[in-house]
Amino acid sequence: MLELKRINKYFGGLHAVNDVSFRVDRGMIKAVIGPNGAGKTTLFNLIAGNLAPSSGEIRFRGRAIQGMKPHRIAALGMARTFQNIKLFQGMTALESVMVGRHVRSRAGFLAGMFHLPWTWAEERAIRERAMELLELLGIAEFADVEATSLAFGQQRSVEMARALAMEPHLLLLDEPAAGLNIYETAEVARLISRIRDMGITVLLVEHDMSLVMDISDEIVVLSFGEKIAEDIPSAIQQNPEVIRIYLGEDEEIA
Amino acid sequence: MQFTRSRAILCLILLVIAVQVLTRVTGTQFYLTQLTMAAYYALVVIGLTVLMGYAGQISLGHAGFFAIGGYLSAALTTHNLVPYAHSPLVHFLGRIGVLVQGRDIYGEQLLTVTPWAACVLAVVAAAVIALLLGIPVLKLKGHYLAMATLGFGIIIYRIALATDYFGEADGISDVPGFTLLPGIGPVGPLVVNGDFGNRVQNYYIAWGLLIVGMVLLLNLIDSRVGRALRSIHGSEEAAEAAGVDTARCKLQVFVLSAVYAALAGVLLTHYNGGLGPSEASVMKSVRYVALVAVGGMANLWGALVMGVSLTFLSLRGVFGSYDDAVFGAILILVMLFAPDGILGVRPGTLLARLKR
Repeated sequence: MLELKRINKYFGGLHAVNDVSFRVDRGMIKAVIGPNGAGKTTLFNLIAGNLAPSSGEIRFRGRAIQGMKPHRIAALGMARTFQNIKLFQGMTALESVMVGRHVRSRAGFLAGMFHLPWTWAEERAIRERAMELLELLGIAEFADVEATSLAFGQQRSVEMARALAMEPHLLLLDEPAAGLNIYETAEVARLISRIRDMGITVLLVEHDMSLVMDISDEIVVLSFGEKIAEDIPSAIQQNPEVIRIYLGEDEEIA
Repeated sequence: MQFTRSRAILCLILLVIAVQVLTRVTGTQFYLTQLTMAAYYALVVIGLTVLMGYAGQISLGHAGFFAIGGYLSAALTTHNLVPYAHSPLVHFLGRIGVLVQGRDIYGEQLLTVTPWAACVLAVVAAAVIALLLGIPVLKLKGHYLAMATLGFGIIIYRIALATDYFGEADGISDVPGFTLLPGIGPVGPLVVNGDFGNRVQNYYIAWGLLIVGMVLLLNLIDSRVGRALRSIHGSEEAAEAAGVDTARCKLQVFVLSAVYAALAGVLLTHYNGGLGPSEASVMKSVRYVALVAVGGMANLWGALVMGVSLTFLSLRGVFGSYDDAVFGAILILVMLFAPDGILGVRPGTLLARLKR
């Protein structure tokens, strides 16, 4: 599904991502963890096309995508959410999710202006699919509410619905549990498992250890831009180096 | 949604007819002249509303596109090509039937481009210039985009003011009427010009065009591309992540708004029989931005209502010598007290803003 080969990224003199390679296989939930500043979000931005790697190759569904524009990568079947939620001001929850159908529909500029008959069915299908997703995420009652005025957890759900509306092959989740309480976090964990059951591969960056350990099939640990471990959750928990740089650090703070 | 929109359009059509009948009954048909001109200016404003209010890209150069339309159309339909009659280009233009012969008031032979060909050429030119300008400039954001489009507006203004072909400070006059449709049988021709006898017809041409232009934009806003445009305004990064080609979308809507402005420029020029460099001035661009803002930015109906009514008052000379100052003041007041436009003002929120 997704393969990173010896990815490097420099910001001036800073070596933000150092020779990182790993694979995400179809149908799995893979997590990237690491202390703050380990390069997790940078890595996400490299994969999604918001940044271009200094060197290395990123292959997605058999195609080299490094340096490609985000919208083209999205069209290939990669969706993402953002750590600090990015919703569209002035658009309702339903409309926001309908934007997610952009890559799965094709009515163009003139077709829209002249409201051509063949676009009517497409438009109806977009609306129905968006509504289904709002129901799936339990926020259908807020369909006509401006998305940015919803509560935090509901905003996350809108963002998730928008990503799912794209019917992606791979879903990138950037800290999906950030700012959520334990109940909401458990809800997110169930949702991510359900998404995997829908046949969508998931790659997530997360701080919340319980979430990661519970649902991930495999975990990649980053520290100062380097991959220091990659294994199944139970092995990661036993890995002395991971405990030293990651969990150990927590103990010192505590 | 669809239903209320068609009802709103129907109401507008009825209102347009009612106003015409009223001016006839009360013998105030002279108002139709300014209402016709206001409709053309409103066409620029609604086009700019989609660019600014919905896609979130500012342009301080739209008078430039209006002027490109107006000036090219005026120059092509007035400059005599008889001295060049033997050049291969003019010969070719004659062969494909885009030239028209006539006589000026002194009986000299005239050879000019037909208004239809001039109109097409002027609008296409504006679209191409918008495309070439938009590709580099739309990469900029906020203030930087405003500055760059402002620069473009100033360039067009100076070109109009300094070029002999465009009449320098005098502009171009004696622009002929634009026969949209030739007369068929008992039905007379449809002509855009300033003849008194044609006043009612021109009023309906202008308003018909404005309404059609409005319907097309309302359709666009509610379509897949329209949602993409609005998503760019909300968050460019998230729009890209959802697969929206933001650069392409912005460029498309920039060109569209330039086409609206240029078309308005062409028709108003034929209606007025000429135009001067003030149509290309930066103050005009600022006025269009002010009208979009006072209409509520992301509000096509607001832009239409405010665009027509304030332009009408301005053309009637209500603001006197302070015309430009009034629009500047409107811009300041709207930004301070009614960022959602005059029509979006609720007394309570206005009071709260005043107290703050």
